[in-house]
Amino acid sequence: MKKIEAIIKPFKLEEVKDALSELGIEGMTVTEVKGFGRQKGHTEIYRGSEYTVDFLPKIKLEIVVADVAVEGAVGAIVKTAKTGKIGDGKVFILPVESAIRIRTDETGDKAI
Amino acid sequence: MIKKTTSLVRLLAAVASLAMLGAVTSALHAEDAPAAPAPTPIAFADAPLKAQTAYLQAALTNGDPTATNIAPTAIAGHTAWMMVASALVLLMTLPGLALFYGGLVRAKNMLSMLAMCLGITGMVAIIWWAVGYSLVFGANFASPFIGGTEFFFLKGIDSAPNTSYAYWIPQNVFCIFQLTFAIITPALIFGATAERLKFTALMAFVFGWMFLVYFPLAHMVWGSSGLMNGVWNADAKIPAIDFAGGTVVHMSSGWSALILCLLLGKRVEHSHAPHNLVMTFIGTALLWVGWYGFNAGSALAADGVAANAFLTTTIATAIAAFVWPFLEFILKGKPTVLGMCSGAVAGLVVVTPACGFVDSTGAAIIGVVAGAVPYFAVTVVKHIFKYDDTLDTFGIHGVGGTVGALITGVLVNPAVNSNLVSDAYAAKNGLKAAIESHSLIIAQAKAVGITIALAVVGTLILGLILKLILGLRPTVEAEHQGLDINDHGEEAYSAN
Repeated sequence: MKKIEAIIKPFKLEEVKDALSELGIEGMTVTEVKGFGRQKGHTEIYRGSEYTVDFLPKIKLEIVVADVAVEGAVGAIVKTAKTGKIGDGKVFILPVESAIRIRTDETGDKAI
Repeated sequence: MIKKTTSLVRLLAAVASLAMLGAVTSALHAEDAPAAPAPTPIAFADAPLKAQTAYLQAALTNGDPTATNIAPTAIAGHTAWMMVASALVLLMTLPGLALFYGGLVRAKNMLSMLAMCLGITGMVAIIWWAVGYSLVFGANFASPFIGGTEFFFLKGIDSAPNTSYAYWIPQNVFCIFQLTFAIITPALIFGATAERLKFTALMAFVFGWMFLVYFPLAHMVWGSSGLMNGVWNADAKIPAIDFAGGTVVHMSSGWSALILCLLLGKRVEHSHAPHNLVMTFIGTALLWVGWYGFNAGSALAADGVAANAFLTTTIATAIAAFVWPFLEFILKGKPTVLGMCSGAVAGLVVVTPACGFVDSTGAAIIGVVAGAVPYFAVTVVKHIFKYDDTLDTFGIHGVGGTVGALITGVLVNPAVNSNLVSDAYAAKNGLKAAIESHSLIIAQAKAVGITIALAVVGTLILGLILKLILGLRPTVEAEHQGLDINDHGEEAYSAN
């Protein structure tokens, strides 16, 4: 199995979730994060003091899928999260050693 | 070393409270000071009809009933308004100022601003009850600089009016109304020192500051024998006017804030954006609404003077709330919510000394000035001199209060407040003459000078003493971690 980590623009979360759902991938973990790559930040002014804000809000999406599902999942994420503008984000694929479902003690592919 | 100091502080605090308890017990058993002889007033029912109707007319219009020889008593309308006004002014501190300041600091220091407001409320209330009210509004020292001892522990204070100050409201209500002023004034100071002043040092500073600065200043401006009480002291050497506290509240806190923030030095972490402007906005709105109690309540009655103050406060504040963001729009490209909030507060500050003494045109002028001058103090002057006035207490309250006190001398209009030219007081101490010759600004400037001197010297002495024996700043690690955890052992926002 593999873990797919995707950093995407926050407003794309619903679309990505729906696309994964159509492929049968129902479970995921989502975190609100800040970050930047090549996208520039912005300047804020409070009572005459200027602050450059480099970190932009993003969503980090994590799913663990069986090897056969990886290509389809990654493709769905990239397709729906793409806007064509700087700051769309990235997808990373990592190997997973094992997985356990807590409620039933199932392991391996049955757990994801 | 720091742990030792903290235990020593706690020991001193315990000893001090036991001493106060002893003082209270003995004072309650002490003999009363002999009362001054007074003409025996007649009962309302025994007075002739003419006197009765004159008395009732005075009661309704907040007039002087002395000529009728009937003792004044608390009147429902004026008393009701003053109780509401007192509640409104308390609302300005709890939670108005707390949220206004709290939203501007970092999340890790949010609780420190709440603790500051709550802590000051409790401690100042105790001091006020014990000695404060008497030191400001008493009279048995017969001094232009301080009141007296006759009202220690509020002895003899009940719902009968104290006619040195107001004919138709209970003295106990007047006492509480003034308490709410005594509470918010020191609380304003700590916007300048936010995020880097230890809570114990803060409370010790307030304790001393009330005695060194606030009580003498409040007596000088509002006490019946006060040095600078132009409206109500026929013997005032300086016939200056200050309706709701431009000098007593805003200048004192603003200039003290400047000195204290210079003594403290800059924050360890560089300046940063507010953590929650939504709270700052809520605080601003509560301050504005509460300020109606502060300004219109300073008429000490529900009368025409209060009504005028109600109008002028609204006009000046609303205009200033527009001018500040308008300047931002012209000069920086975007009007900010913080600018709108700051403009409103600046308007409220500058109109405070003027509200019962100017008309609506004067209020409009004040609004424009209030939106502009503090704006430049905060965005330009602060960056030139590079002092770390965290939340711009000096820029808005110090500068705004000073501007307000001076501009009151220029825009004063006796048509809105006949007390400005009264035969009993203003005609005797030079106030009426100053107004008629358009030279009141001279007396205002003297009052401004005395206020600045008192605030600066008092704060310097107190700040240096406390720096020596207690230390003012937390450790560098504590400052990084945040005052909430280090001073109070609490987090404002936990992940629960």
